Amino acid sequence: MNVKKAKNPAEKAMSLIFFICGMLSVAFVLFITLFLVVSGVPAIGTIGIFKFLFGTVWASTAADPKFGILPFILTSVYGTFGAVLLAVPVGLLCAIYLSKFAGSRLAELIRSAVELLAGIPSVVYGLVGMILIVPAVRTIFHLPDGANLFSAIIVLSVMVLPNVISVSETSLLAVPREYEEASLALGATYTETVFKVSVPAAKSGIASAVVLGVGRAIGEAMAVMMVSGNVANMPGLFKSVRFLTTAVASEMSYSSGLQRQALFSIALVLFIFIMIITLLLNFVFKKEKNK
Amino acid sequence: MATIIQSENLNLWYGDHQALKDINLSIEEHQITALIGPSGCGKSTFMKTLNRMNDLVKSCRIEGKVTLNGVDIYKDMDANILRKRVGMVFQKANPFPMSIYDNVAYGPRIHGIRSHAKLDEIVERSLQQAALWDECKDRLKTSALGMSGGQQQRLCIARALAVEPEVLLMDESTSALDPISTAKIEDLCLELKKKYTIVMVTHNMQQANRISDVTAFFLLGELIEAGETKQIFLNPTNKKTEEYITGRFG
Repeated sequence: MNVKKAKNPAEKAMSLIFFICGMLSVAFVLFITLFLVVSGVPAIGTIGIFKFLFGTVWASTAADPKFGILPFILTSVYGTFGAVLLAVPVGLLCAIYLSKFAGSRLAELIRSAVELLAGIPSVVYGLVGMILIVPAVRTIFHLPDGANLFSAIIVLSVMVLPNVISVSETSLLAVPREYEEASLALGATYTETVFKVSVPAAKSGIASAVVLGVGRAIGEAMAVMMVSGNVANMPGLFKSVRFLTTAVASEMSYSSGLQRQALFSIALVLFIFIMIITLLLNFVFKKEKNK
Repeated sequence: MATIIQSENLNLWYGDHQALKDINLSIEEHQITALIGPSGCGKSTFMKTLNRMNDLVKSCRIEGKVTLNGVDIYKDMDANILRKRVGMVFQKANPFPMSIYDNVAYGPRIHGIRSHAKLDEIVERSLQQAALWDECKDRLKTSALGMSGGQQQRLCIARALAVEPEVLLMDESTSALDPISTAKIEDLCLELKKKYTIVMVTHNMQQANRISDVTAFFLLGELIEAGETKQIFLNPTNKKTEEYITGRFG
């Protein structure tokens, strides 16, 4: 197991501590998984998996309660897709600019701005979205209320942007200079070289940037709750909607009985989504390593 | 014999360091010109002025004139046009992480060729010229990175030939290869000079002696001596040339 066998007691103790710290994260993941499965599965059984996943009505506190979470699933999927659709082109072009075109001082400035953007707490994004974007959307599109899926997509796309930029930039910077020189020496312009050689050579890194962005967007709760209207409608671009994350967050404080159990089931569904995305990300990374 | 490239009073600085001093050299068509000299003597730098790859170095400043068929390449020619006409093969084989086919087709595609039939024809012709066709015709769609080092370098030659250049620059292009692969590329050069003009930088005196027609000896940024290879190797006029080619320094 160990290449260097620990001999004296202090070494042994240290390696045990390292081992325990290493196993700690494994334990947490196992515990959370177990917890979600145990607390999330019963309600799905009671409601019926089909009714739960594909039911279009969520009325948890009605006299005849309905627990269909399709509105939340679709809202999360559409919201994430929309946010990534907006953030990826902008983020990729920004990463290309940073890694291939910007002067070093300007690049440094933009890079620190991107880092700051990544560090802003999501409640601040929500606040800014509520004060600026929601009224703007209402005015521009002549809606009675600007808190809708569209506003949520705008806010999410800005939140996803720094992830897309930094991961894409790293992979673009890792493209060997020789590839670019070869392309230039064949008479390609610098822009042609960047788009036809550098970007394709960095494509698996860019793919993981996209997947990472999806992960960030689908897991976001606070900011979207503040700008999406938080009503359990089937999604429409200008309708107030509720995401998987916000469905759990908004009812948990006063829920009880089957309603409470169903919220755990929603968390389980969200957890499975995130798992799939993480596995996808690992797959992309592995593919890159084996290249 | 016609002159294809001519440098006149060429001076080049990297920042404050003068890397080339008053270089006057004519390169003749359909010949192999070997640039020799110890590391840091300016031979690679000189070669890179011929396709303006030095433009990529920010601190680089050039005075004097280089002409291609009489046209000043720094004043009256677009760098991209120049590089299409003056191809380059690097020291380390650097195929793109794409299929063999796409590597060769890259240049023609950049220069606007879209027809599949035409591209197929160019790829086959270029690979044949690089003596690589028979080895890879059955795996054109596989990644170029799966080839051996020698094959990759010949692929880079094929890629350079695909845009139909007039001159081919080779920057120590065999220095990382085994003797058999080196011999293959040397044979290839002798074949290619019928159609193209070749300028090569080499540290290998035997190689310069074996295949070049003209040899130019550089030292500390100066062109010490240039002339017919036979004459340079058998009867150099400058003492420093003699000392270098007989291995007394360098």
